[in-house]
Amino acid sequence: MLRRTLNGALLAGLGSLVVSGPAGAQERAKPAFVFTGIPDQDESRLVERFGKVATYLEDKLGVPVTYIPVKSYPAAVTAFTNGQVQLAWFGGFTGVQARKASPGAQAIAQGAEDAAFKTYLIANTKTGLTKAADFPKAIAGRTFTFGSRASTSGRLMPEYFIREAFPGKTPDEVFARVGFSGDHSRTIQLVQSGAFEVGAVDYSVWDLDSKAGKVDPKEVGIIWESPPFPDYQWTVRGDVDAIYGAGFTDKLRAALVGITDPAILAPFARSKFIPVTNAAYAPIERVAKSTGLLD
Amino acid sequence: MSVLRRIPGWGYAAVTRWFAAGALAALLAADLAVTSLHPWADLRRLLGGLLHPDFPAVEVWSVVYTIAFAILGVTLGAGAGFVLAIPFARARSVRLVCAGLRSVHELFWALLLMQVFGLSATTGILAIALPYAGICAKVYSEIMEEADLAALRVLPAGTGAVSAFVYGRLPDVAAAFRHYTLYRFECAMRSTLVLGFIGLPTMGFYLESAFRQGRYTEAGALLLVFYALIGSRRLWMRLATLPVLLVASVLALPRTVGTTHWLASLGRFVTHDIVPSPLRSGALLDPATWSRLGLWFQPILTQQILPGAVQTLVLAQVALVATALGALLLFPLASRRFAGPIGQPFGRVLLVVVRSTPEYMLAYVLLQLLGPSMLPAILALTIHNAGIVGYLMGRHADDLPYRADAPTGLNLYSYETVPRLYGQFLAYLLYRWELILRESAIFGILGVATLGFYVDAAISELRLDVAVLLIGATALLTMLVDALSRTLRRSLRLTELPIRLSEPRHGSAPNPPLRTACS
Repeated sequence: MLRRTLNGALLAGLGSLVVSGPAGAQERAKPAFVFTGIPDQDESRLVERFGKVATYLEDKLGVPVTYIPVKSYPAAVTAFTNGQVQLAWFGGFTGVQARKASPGAQAIAQGAEDAAFKTYLIANTKTGLTKAADFPKAIAGRTFTFGSRASTSGRLMPEYFIREAFPGKTPDEVFARVGFSGDHSRTIQLVQSGAFEVGAVDYSVWDLDSKAGKVDPKEVGIIWESPPFPDYQWTVRGDVDAIYGAGFTDKLRAALVGITDPAILAPFARSKFIPVTNAAYAPIERVAKSTGLLD
Repeated sequence: MSVLRRIPGWGYAAVTRWFAAGALAALLAADLAVTSLHPWADLRRLLGGLLHPDFPAVEVWSVVYTIAFAILGVTLGAGAGFVLAIPFARARSVRLVCAGLRSVHELFWALLLMQVFGLSATTGILAIALPYAGICAKVYSEIMEEADLAALRVLPAGTGAVSAFVYGRLPDVAAAFRHYTLYRFECAMRSTLVLGFIGLPTMGFYLESAFRQGRYTEAGALLLVFYALIGSRRLWMRLATLPVLLVASVLALPRTVGTTHWLASLGRFVTHDIVPSPLRSGALLDPATWSRLGLWFQPILTQQILPGAVQTLVLAQVALVATALGALLLFPLASRRFAGPIGQPFGRVLLVVVRSTPEYMLAYVLLQLLGPSMLPAILALTIHNAGIVGYLMGRHADDLPYRADAPTGLNLYSYETVPRLYGQFLAYLLYRWELILRESAIFGILGVATLGFYVDAAISELRLDVAVLLIGATALLTMLVDALSRTLRRSLRLTELPIRLSEPRHGSAPNPPLRTACS
């Protein structure tokens, strides 16, 4: 059923543009408002959450709103910087990348939980590693998987904490093997199956997947909780006011912050959205520069 | 390369020994760990999906887009290739451009084009058209060179160039052109399928989702539909149906979701994104800028290009020799002489199915099953290419004239068939070498540390200047291997032997020219 929604969403998007092609000439003022999100976890959950957001925003903004699914984090950033989408649900780092490449873009809202987000280090139970408050230096020499390369909680921050714990060493030098699973749900599966011994995962995806019964506590467990850092946010392009009318950015922010429906918030694992500014992500930018992921 | 016209003293045996030794050495350097604990459980579920396909789950439009992108991509590519083929033999610059176009893999083209045209039909079509233009130009030019010039010589003096071409040359090469071009559609459908893995709305988009989420019944259905499309190509993809298919493809194209300011994006891409970052800010006349460029380039060379190139060569070498062994094992299945009149059709279907499976997808699936190491990549390349070479060898084996009292079974295989076909076998393998290398580089995107691995990293970090440099290095490596392969083929006197599969079969000619496969 969920994949139907995905197919439906994609085709509705493609279809609506076939229709709006000729019609677009007459009604030039309001091209469809398109958004995307980084594919950080199970696609079915992404389709569920963004489908609901599209319906909600269409109602609040009075313009046709379309969600376009992408297959990778950089594809989401590219779609944003070349203007294919006007709004995106980015992670901390992808948001910094996108705003740097697209001057004028603004972070407008984050989840209440995103101000102090966390990474979990998880380990297969066969490793014998157990939960501790201090960074588990015993993970050195194990096999290790990050999430996507451009993930904040699955790559950037864990890499930063690893470099802090093992000064002068890169993750490649600390671990026997380093992988990039692609997304957080996949990281959990890979560590659970034993394909990798240790992994870094977004705590909210861990919680969602645990609730969905996809995590077997006999096979995989949390061994460390990171200090807090800012993460996901909605970022909008700088040119939307010019396209959709003055005050559109404010209207959009108000619409996102005004989401109270638990049915929309639950698949995000967020209690609500709160206003935010670019400045909140300065720490992420600093960390990205210090790990060499950003110039 | 003129120095390398011939490598003296190299025979079939020496080349075989060197390649086998290279593969053994590469095997020592290769990472072959199986890290997944449940490969068989997953494989069983995948096979179960193929046996119980969920056809209603197949997104019909994704099938339409797969075909439409392929048709428009090949048409554009072959059209441009035809125009480029005319000056190809004379103009070195044209040959260089074509070599550059075809040495960059479709997926790399798509990753670059996405920066400008977004997730759109334009990206999908151009990603096929650009490399195919380079390939078609080369092949068309070869076909024209091989053509009989007798008709041209009897034309009256004063015949115009166009008339001479249309009446004197075209009739002779038209059949070969047609067969080759129609064959490219099969390759293009494999390519468009794979483009879905990075987000274009073709069947690969849904296959990737289905594999990733373990919905194997849907994956099985998609795969079976794809095999049916490839298997039935000769029925619906003909010269007569082409105009209809072209128009239908244009009409069926997905409109771009959202608008990309492609002209502005193209400007930024060319003048900013791909310019090495030290050159963007610094003055070009300032020597400090150039020393910064050196500092920028050095770590990319030592930490990315060189290790990536070594891993790419290691993977390609192991896969090439494994392909050779696989093909030697498999070809009797597709030969009537060995498999018998009942076994042979089954063997052929098996090898055609294996050949129709895009190696990128195969590697993706095997990586999910076996975990991240070089092993899944080696297996994927070997299965796909051994299928192709085995199929062709099987056909050659049946075309050999045998004595009435020829031995049978293993004796025939080892003392007659294999020795007689060995030159042809080497010709195919040397030709596949470059293609295997191109594919090896791409597998980096899936996590094997070949050049594509670093390209993927550079794109994730939005360092398009680094990505373009790495893609350029990959192209250079591909061209080097291509040149070496051609030198070896010349040196072994194999250049006259067929290597592509699209040529029409002339009835019962003793050694029908076969042309092989996508490249």
